[in-house]
Amino acid sequence: MARLANWLRLAALLGAAAMLAAPAFEAAAGVDLPKLEKGKGDKCVEDTDFMRRNHMELLKHQRNDTLRKGIRTTRHSLKGCVECHAGAKSGSVAASKEDFCVACHSFAGAKLDCWDCHATKPGKRSVHQAAQPAASPLMPTSGGAK
Amino acid sequence: MSESMNSKPEGRREFLKTSAVVAGVTLGPGVLFYGVAQSRAPEEGASSANRWGMLIDTTKCGDGCDDCVTACNTENGLSGHTGPQDSQWIRKVDIKDLRTGYVQSLPMMCQHCENAPCVDVCPTGASMKREDGIVLVDRHSCIGCRYCMMACPYKARSFVHEPLTDQNPEVPRGKGCVESCTFCVQRVDRGEQPACVEACEAKGHKAMIFGDLRDPESEVSKVLKSTDSVEVRADLALNTGVRYQGI
Ligand code: SF4
Ligand code: SF4
Repeated sequence: MARLANWLRLAALLGAAAMLAAPAFEAAAGVDLPKLEKGKGDKCVEDTDFMRRNHMELLKHQRNDTLRKGIRTTRHSLKGCVECHAGAKSGSVAASKEDFCVACHSFAGAKLDCWDCHATKPGKRSVHQAAQPAASPLMPTSGGAK
Repeated sequence: MSESMNSKPEGRREFLKTSAVVAGVTLGPGVLFYGVAQSRAPEEGASSANRWGMLIDTTKCGDGCDDCVTACNTENGLSGHTGPQDSQWIRKVDIKDLRTGYVQSLPMMCQHCENAPCVDVCPTGASMKREDGIVLVDRHSCIGCRYCMMACPYKARSFVHEPLTDQNPEVPRGKGCVESCTFCVQRVDRGEQPACVEACEAKGHKAMIFGDLRDPESEVSKVLKSTDSVEVRADLALNTGVRYQGI
């Protein structure tokens, strides 16, 4: 069993590697991998390999710096990710199953709650548009207090 | 002024009978630009060399005017509803002297206390004060216990009850966390004024002055030095960043 789990993890990793490396890729290792849209910019702020494993650490570091210390560098800001990776169709990183964050996270089964609070679309909202009550959140929320 | 801002409240009631000299640059008809701060480099961060504060002149605050509230709602993505479960970061409050019938109108929001009770009671460290005195909630660690709401003497905090979408990218907000006025920290960090102050000025009332209390040359410091102003609930000795004039 442990072997199988390991193999699956390896397959998932390889799959993730493949899909992040190439904009269009064939399904590898017998799994239906999510297809990711290419970001708008030329290249990511860090190497793709590095980002795949460490984007959450960078974001965590950035959020503490920004909120608690008022440091407002943009290289690792979540806003920057959204600006580059918002889907062409939905204009969002998390509106549909094809969108950048959701595609990978639902594939990996790793729940993320960034989008409970953060805007999933780039740019400033139009004037007088208040944050709306969500219709049906695509990401399951943990319920209760978060 | 910076020294007296840090002293006990009694020490701050020097009444100098000079009229406030207000300096500004005219940008267009009815629009004045007041330098708030030299905007700092993004990597620099908030510093204790500054303390952001505000002076609200209730005699200039328009009766029935709520442009500050509207501007806040627009900037921060609040619905503008005022039900018991709706977020209000700034409110217009009418106060009446029951003996004389004199009615005053003033905006009330988080007072950005130096000795903030919300920060004291927070069990997770989510309620926090930046180096420059701006009190914020770190939603990443807020568990929604609402102790801070109970502790705040100014009823300044709101709890988000429902899931939200379409937030302002600069103002993340979501269900399960407590929130309150941030002095529009996203604007202040760019060297701009809070949205309410800008709106009040645009309306021509100029009842709110925002600036650095530690900079003796800032407009707010100068006016504070030459005018009598009070903290609301000064008896609590919280050394609020927001002070009022005319009440
Ligand atoms: S006014 Fe209330 S929320 Fe603001 S710092 Fe003081 S105690 Fe905290
Ligand atoms: S509601 Fe959040 S910010 Fe307020 S006391 Fe509880 S954990 Fe702290």
